[in-house]
Formats: sequence, C-alpha cells, structure tokens
Amino acid sequence: MSPWLPILMAVPVLGAIVVALLPKGGDKLAKQVTLAVSLLVLVLTGVMAAQFKPGGARFQFTAEYDWIPSFGVKFGVGVDGVALVLIALSAVLVPIVVLASWYDADGVKTADGTIVTPKRSVKTYFSLLLVLEAMMIGVFAATDVFLFYVFFEAMLIPMYFMIGSYGGAQRSYAAVKFLLYSLFGGLLMLVAVIGLYVAASKGTFMFEPLIGAVKDPTTQKWLFGGFFIAFAIKAPLWPVHTWLPDAAAQAPAGAAVLLVGVLDKVGTFGMLRFCLELFPDAAKSFTMPIVVLSVISIIYGAIVAIGQTDMKRLIAYTSISHFGFIVLGVFAMSNIAQTGAALYMVNHGFATGALFLAAGFLIARRGSPFIADYGGVQKVAPLLAGFFLVAGLAGLSLPGLSSFVSEFMVMIGTYSSSAHGSGAFTVAAGISAVAVILAAVYILWMVQRTLNGPTAEPVKAFKDLNAREVWVLAPLIALIIGFGFFPKPLIDVIQPSVVHTLTNVNVSTAIAERGTGQ
Amino acid sequence: MESPVEIVQHTAGGVIGASWLMIAFPLLGAFILLVFNRFTNRWGHLLGVAMSLASFVVAVLAFFELLGLGEEQRRQAVHLYEFIPGMVDMGLLIDPLSISFALLITGVGSLIHIYSIGYMAHDEHRRRFFSYLNLFVSAMLLLVLADNYVGLFIGWEGVGLASYLLIGFWQFKPSAATAAKKAFVVNRVGDFGLLVGMFIMWTTFGTLTFSQLGEEVGKGASNGTLTAIGLLLLLGACGKSAQLPLQSWLLDAMEGPTPVSALIHAATMVTAGVYLVVRSGAFFFPEGSAQALAVAIVGAATLLAGAIIGCAKDDIKKGLAGSTMSQIGYMMLGAGLGPAGYAFAIGHLITHGFFKADMFLGAGSVMHGMNDEVDMRKYGGLRKYMPLTFVTFIVGYLAIIGFPLLSGYFTKDGIIETAVHHQPVLGWLAVLGAGITGFYMSRMVFMTFFGQKRWAENAHPHESPAVMTLPLIILSIGSIFLGGYLILSNTLMDFLAPAVGAPEVRPEFHPFTTPGLATLALVAVGAAYAWMKYGKAEVPAVQPRGSFLTTFARRDLYGDAINESLFMRPGQWLTRLAVFFDNRGVDGVVNGLAAGIGGSSGRLRRLQTGFARTYALSILIGAALLTGALLLVGTI
Repeated sequence: MSPWLPILMAVPVLGAIVVALLPKGGDKLAKQVTLAVSLLVLVLTGVMAAQFKPGGARFQFTAEYDWIPSFGVKFGVGVDGVALVLIALSAVLVPIVVLASWYDADGVKTADGTIVTPKRSVKTYFSLLLVLEAMMIGVFAATDVFLFYVFFEAMLIPMYFMIGSYGGAQRSYAAVKFLLYSLFGGLLMLVAVIGLYVAASKGTFMFEPLIGAVKDPTTQKWLFGGFFIAFAIKAPLWPVHTWLPDAAAQAPAGAAVLLVGVLDKVGTFGMLRFCLELFPDAAKSFTMPIVVLSVISIIYGAIVAIGQTDMKRLIAYTSISHFGFIVLGVFAMSNIAQTGAALYMVNHGFATGALFLAAGFLIARRGSPFIADYGGVQKVAPLLAGFFLVAGLAGLSLPGLSSFVSEFMVMIGTYSSSAHGSGAFTVAAGISAVAVILAAVYILWMVQRTLNGPTAEPVKAFKDLNAREVWVLAPLIALIIGFGFFPKPLIDVIQPSVVHTLTNVNVSTAIAERGTGQ
Repeated sequence: MESPVEIVQHTAGGVIGASWLMIAFPLLGAFILLVFNRFTNRWGHLLGVAMSLASFVVAVLAFFELLGLGEEQRRQAVHLYEFIPGMVDMGLLIDPLSISFALLITGVGSLIHIYSIGYMAHDEHRRRFFSYLNLFVSAMLLLVLADNYVGLFIGWEGVGLASYLLIGFWQFKPSAATAAKKAFVVNRVGDFGLLVGMFIMWTTFGTLTFSQLGEEVGKGASNGTLTAIGLLLLLGACGKSAQLPLQSWLLDAMEGPTPVSALIHAATMVTAGVYLVVRSGAFFFPEGSAQALAVAIVGAATLLAGAIIGCAKDDIKKGLAGSTMSQIGYMMLGAGLGPAGYAFAIGHLITHGFFKADMFLGAGSVMHGMNDEVDMRKYGGLRKYMPLTFVTFIVGYLAIIGFPLLSGYFTKDGIIETAVHHQPVLGWLAVLGAGITGFYMSRMVFMTFFGQKRWAENAHPHESPAVMTLPLIILSIGSIFLGGYLILSNTLMDFLAPAVGAPEVRPEFHPFTTPGLATLALVAVGAAYAWMKYGKAEVPAVQPRGSFLTTFARRDLYGDAINESLFMRPGQWLTRLAVFFDNRGVDGVVNGLAAGIGGSSGRLRRLQTGFARTYALSILIGAALLTGALLLVGTI
C-alpha cells in the first residue's frame, strides 16, 4: 500500500474545500490558494514520479481500499507508465491554467467591448478547478474499472459548470451539448462495465484479474463496443466530434486547455488500456473500421480546421486531427506506434495547451475569437506573437519540437506494423502523412492572418505579454522544446507499459519489425 | 567503380569528437538573442557573427583532423545520445561529404553574417535578423552532419523554419508573409516524400542510420523498394531545392532581405536536395536505375525552366532566383549520374555557393545604393558609381556563364561532359541551358552596369561600406580559383571518394571536347545576343509587352497558375464543403436525432437550452439510480 496516489487526490480536494469556504470578497486569496495547492500537487507528483521504476512492476504506488465490499468494488489505485505521464501532464497543466485564468472568472470580454458576466463566483471557479484536478488524477490512477467509470462520469460535473457558468455567449448550448454527448457515452460504458462484471464472473472490478477473463468472442464484441463508443465520444473521433469545437470555443481558455489537453485523453487512454487489454479479440476484429475512422478524423479534422474563422474552433479541429493520430497509433498494435500514441497524449497536452492559452491571451486583448479581427500583432506585441508562433509550430509537429517525435512514431510504427498482415496499415500511415501538409496550411494561415500583415486598428492598442502571461507560456514552450530533442525520459517510462498491453493483446512487442513492407 | 568506405565509430575525441560544437555555437547564439531579446540589441549582431565564425573554426579544425586520417578512416560517426530509444540515436557523421558542406555553410555563412552587419544596419530588428541567421546555420549544419535520417529531417525542417522566418522577416508586408507561408507549405509537400521514404526504410531495413542502412542495402534489396525510396527522397529534394514540380516558392522567397536570398536561397539551403540525393546514394543505385534517371530528368528540366524564367525577369533578385533554380538543376543532373557525377555536382554546388552568393550580395549592394530598387529597368550605367560591386559582380558573372578557367567553367563543364557521356539527350539539353545562361546573365549585367542611366529621380548610387564589400571580394576570389583547384587534378573527387564512391576511370580534364566547345560557342552567342538587345540598344524603362514566350517566362512558366487551378481552388472548395458538411451534416444529424426524441425540429432551439438540460439531468439521475440499484442488489 502506497499513500502517494490517495494523497495526490486528497490535496486538491482539501484545497477546493478551503477555497470554497473562503469569505466573500476573498477572490485574490482564492486564486493564490489555488495556485499554491496546484503547485504542491505538482511537486508531490514530481517526487512520486522520480521513484517510479520503469523496469519494475507494471502498476506501482498501488493502494486498495474496500469501497463496496459486497459488490467487489474497491478504491483501487496504481499507475503504470502511461498513467504516470498523464497524471504528470495534469499536474503540470493545472498550475499553468490557474495562472492563465487569473481573470477568466471575472467575466469574458466580447468583441463589442461588453463583458459576459459569469453566473457563479470567482472562488467557485477555482474550487471547481481543484476538484477537477483530483478527478483527473483519479481517473488515470484507477485500477478498479468501476472506480474508473465513476471518475469518468464525475469529471463532467466540474467541467460542465466551468463551461456553462464562465464561458462565452453561447456557453449554455455548448455546455449542454458537451454533457449530452458525454452522458450518452457514459451510459453505454456503465452498461458495459456491469456486463464485464457479469461476463467475467470474477467477483471483482479490479483491472488485472479481469484481463483475459471474458473469453466469449460475441460478448467481447458487445462489451468492447460499449467502452469504445464512450471513449470515441470523449476522444473525440469522427463522426461524434462536433461537441468539442463548441465546448472548446465557449469555455474559458484555461478550461479549454484542461478539456482538450487532459479530459479528452481519458478517451484514448481508455482505448489503450481497457478496450485492448480486456477485449483483445474484439479489438483485433474491429481494428480496420477503427483505423478508417481515425484516418478520416486525421484528414477531415485538418481540412475543416483550415476553413475555420474562429481561432478556438480552429484549434479544436486540429485536435480532432491529432486525436485521430493517437487512435491510429493505439490500434496499429505495434510497440513504436503505441508508445508514440501515449507520448502523443502528453505532447498534445503541452502543444495544444500552449496554443489555446496564447490564443486566449490574444482574445483577452481584443475580445473577439475571430481571426479576421486581427492582423499585424507581431509589430505591436512581438513576445505574444513569438509564443503564439512557437505554439503553432508545435501544433504542426515541427521536428525539434516534442509533437514531432510522437507523430513520427505513430506514423512510422503504423506503417511498419505487422499486426494485421495486410497492407492496410501502410495505406493508413501514407494517407495520414498528408496531414503534415495540411497542418502547415491551417497553422501558418492562421499565423499569417493574425500576426502578420499591416496592424489592424484595434490591434494597435495591444500590450505585449505581462510577466504572469510569460510565466504561463514559457514553461510549456520549454517542455515542448526539451522533449523535442530529449524524449527519452518519457519513452522509457511509457514503453514498458505498452509492452504489457501488447503482450496482453498477444501481438509482437518488437521495436523494429523488419521485412514486413517489402 | 569504387565504393564508399565503411563508417567507423569515432572514439578518439579530438575536434571530430567535439564536432557537435559546430551546431551548438550558432544555436546558442540564436537562443541568447531570442531569449534576452532587446537587451542584446546593441551587440547582438556581433554575437551572431562570432558564433558563426566559431562554428567555421571548428569546421576547419575538424577538416584538417579528417585529412590526417587514412582514407579507410575518413568516415567517422560520432555518437551523441539516445534519441528515440530502440529506434534511432542522435549522432553526427563527419566524412568528406559532410565536412565539405560544413565548410561551405560556415564559411560563406560567416561572410554573409558580416555583410549583414552593414546591410541591416538601419533595420530596427537587426538583432532578430541575426538570431534567425544563427538558427539557420545551426539547423543547416545538423542537416548535413546528422548520421541518420531523423536528425537530417530535424535539420531539414529546421532550415525550412529559418527560411520561413527570414522570407517573412518584413512580415508586415502581406507579400512577404504570403511568400513565407507558401515556401513552408510547398516544402512540406516535399517533406511528405521524405517522411514516407523513411517509413519504407524503417519497415524494410529496420534502421534509419546511414551506416546501418548502407550495410543492409548492400545485403540486397528489391528494386521496387529502392525505386520507391529513391523517388520519395527525390520528392523531398525537389521541395527543398526548388526543382520541378515544387519550384514555385523560390521566386516568391526573394521577398526576404537580400543576405537571406544569398545564404539560404542560393548558396546553402536550396542545395540540400542535392546533398540528400548524394548522401542517399545507396538508394539511387545502380546508375541508370529508374530513380537515378528521374533525378537526372528533373535536373535537366529544371535547369532549362530556371534559365528560361531568368531571361524574362526585370527584378534583379528574381532573375538570380531563376538562375539558382537552373544551376541547382545542373547539380541534380550531375547527382543523377551516380558516382561519375557526384564530385562534379558537389563541386558545382560549392563554386555556385561562392559565385551566386557573390552576385546576390552584389545585387544587395546595388539595391543598398539605389533605395532598395530591384527593377533592372531603373538601373543602368552603374559601373562607374559602384566600381567594387561592379568588378566582383563581373567575376561572379563570368564564373556562372562558364568563362574559361573560372570556377564555374570547370564544375559545370564536368557535369555537362559526364551527362553527355551517360545520358546524351540530357547532356545536350544542359549544353543548351548553358547558352541560355550566357544570355540571361549578360542581360542582367548590361541592364545593371552598362547603358544609359534610367534611375528614379531620388536615386544617388554609391559604393557600399567595407563591411559589405570585403565579403564580396573574398567570394569573388573563390569564384575565380576554387573550380580549377577542385576539378583540375580531381582533388575533390579523390577527397569525396571515401564518402560517395568514385568512377572506375578517373576523368581527365580536356579543354577542347565537342560538348565543351559547343557550350562555349552557345554561351558566346547568348552573350552577344544580350549585348545587341540590352547593351547596344537602349533598354526601355517600362517593360514592353513581349511575345507569348516572354509572357510564358515572366509568369514563371505558369507554375503558379497550375498550382492554383489544380490544388488551391479545389482545396478551397473542399474546405468550404467540409466546413458546411460539418456544421449542417454531422451536427445536423445528431441534433436532428435529439430533436426527434424531443419532438419536432422546430423545438430545436429550445432543446438546445431548456429541454436538453432536463434531458441530460434525467440521464445523469437515471445512471445514478441504476448504479445505486445495482449496488443495492450487490449488498443483499
């Protein structure tokens, strides 16, 4: 029994309670407490991660407490490499988001200068943020499938309020759409979770005993379907993606970062761990349709992104394209591709986080999310423009930045995957590589229209980034460049855990698969 | 044929062991200038120059250390660190090919850094300019020094980024911003090829490292695989080196400041495609294979296309850009001929680096004295007003047209002779191209330095400061002697042989061969025709309408028009369609479904707010109840 993970969850919950109980008018104090708590979580996560042994047991820092003993439900937590890096991602992003959202809960400025006032108080926003952090850690740490489900659903609540109460003009619509889609998926998953319990008849929801427990192929397929649809909505995969652009565009920038950067990763994380390992035969038989959907997502997301007029929607669509890559990597069933996919989950969090936040800083100055309302920012706010550009370059997976490594690994691992025998993976990787060109178009065209050209009249009054804003973006950019050249620490942690997954799916775990493409 | 020698792991330390410093110095420079920002404004340019020079010093020392090794030892792989575990390590390959490039990049690069001190003196963002230049040098060195394709690719796109930043340096000009974006996007089309080429390499050979690939390919590989890889690499090379059909970005790239055009879009970056082909020699084997032939054909086609475009441009920089396309076409042609052509291709690349940088910087010096005017119709008679610029430009001009005994004469002639021998049709096209070169380059010289003054009223042409003319002088010295030194006694071929192999029969230089004489004759005809039209006759200050052919050349052989109608417009329609479909189609179906449950579609709006909230809540409560019930059942 290791206390690490329960502590990691308890700290933000306690922090949330403290923030919520602060007296009225203590907005600034609420922000400071939230920042301090989230930094404490970051430090604790760092200390814990330093003790993780990549070559050791699959799940480390495990802890189990009986929750509903008669039903075999446990509060079981523990992390493998993939879960660890995603928890670390959450722990890094939350303090950055706190700092970035310093004034977000005070009201959202619109293009005509009016302020959309939030429905709830400032301290509630930051309290929700900490609750969300606890749940994000919980969902990745859960080793009990039922506990995972509970976190999966419960995460919706703080996010729902963050969008619905603090978002832009269309916030109600976006929040409800987000909730509807997610609940629909969650319901399917609940049925599948219960079905899994019954079909496996092990009397437990703990993940490891359930591996390989469901043998009947038809049952596997149904249960796989329940989990997969829930995860595909969350990820989101084409064609169940349309909630994301609305939610991301209406959410305050900080909430959008956590939504796209972390919450959506629960979908791809779930596919990698639960869909593949619990239902390996079903996963293999559904591989081809899923690969087709992910390739559609990659290309379709990129093309629709090019046509967007709203910055935040554009970034959301690029994410749909990127999630396509992650799902492709997960189902390519090769060491390189899956390691790349898990790495992609982390890198995408940094890259999209930076892009959303930089866009958020632009929007906070101008009040408009529309690209056409900008122009020539480079001239008046070079620092902001520089950060925005680098974040954009991470979004187009420029080599030397972290997102390139993961995208490259996904594509090359998919291309060379021998899991399916046929040339389908080759074709899928070849088509998805076209997104490399499209990505240059959607990012650089946005950059050109916002940063370059003659300075638009309302842009002339822009102030460059202040110290707080630099502290928001600089760590992300440093991580993006650092992991771009030195991805090894992350890969070393991820790869052993991917080998476990591949072994449980019973496919080759070799890194180099020679001679399959001749 | 003589094969390349094996790559050995470097263990001895020394300068070769520390060769990563070449990349690190300019990278550090870029970092300091960007991060410490305006605090470095006062001395930023000096730091930039110093870092580039430091890199040059390391390159020179590494070169001599390499020379000190026996031929069998001249390919040293320097391991740096584990990059993607199990897949590829980061390492450098110091061999005659990479060190030749390193010397060119840091040598010419440093001269252009120095020149830029003067050229950019009045630009308020000079410090930023030098940070980008440093970034470029660093990325370009990684490109040529990496010992594997992933490292090469990082450098490859890194120089693409630097090129993007520098073309768009004056990004407030919409034309510059557009040109920068175009260059990046078109390059990415090529990068797609390079990427998929790497996929096939990894899948087939299980490695992306040059040394291991060499071994694996040597063990035998199917022709189909080699052809596929070769053609994909060629696509990458076409993007970076502005070869047909990915040439369209280079002319627009002249929006960048002139030192950028000289360094990136003439002397170094655009030649990376040639480097890629020569470095990947194993995949373009045997000579005359489909993929090697494709390289030669692309080269021949581009050398003509570029030359034709060069004939019609009035913008001095665009004329030089067309010429760059054309000259890289020669190098590609040489690279497509296998080991027989490699040394000439690289030789021409090096001499071109000198004489083209010389002329671009010369053009910059002219512009500097003419209020940034680029239209040659507004020049004329400048030889008396900027004598140093004139003399150095003339040297570059004589070198490029292949005036006997100057640099370009030896290297271009080598390519032509080898091509005529191996691929006669392409070879004679190259002879024709040389004739056209004689015309358009002479036209440029006559329009700029001879004839009547056609200046704008406020023009006061003057010679540039020493910081700009000194690099010109050094570059013109290289333009005179380098070619003869490299080619006459096969110095370069013998030096490169351990890295790229060499033909069985060492070529000997003969001054009076049929193709050689034909080339000289055509060049003379071209130059004479240019004299008649632009030297003796008066040049109209306004562009005449011109024939169909002239228009064809002025519009860059309709390259942009083709791209627009084939890719851009259909792409725009597809984008619009997809956005429409996404808003109405996918979302509509889902909303419609929801509306179907809730009632008529007329209630959609209400559904999206009031009703749906209740609906969502009911699902949540339902789920909670279900869970609760199940748990209850469990406890009983």
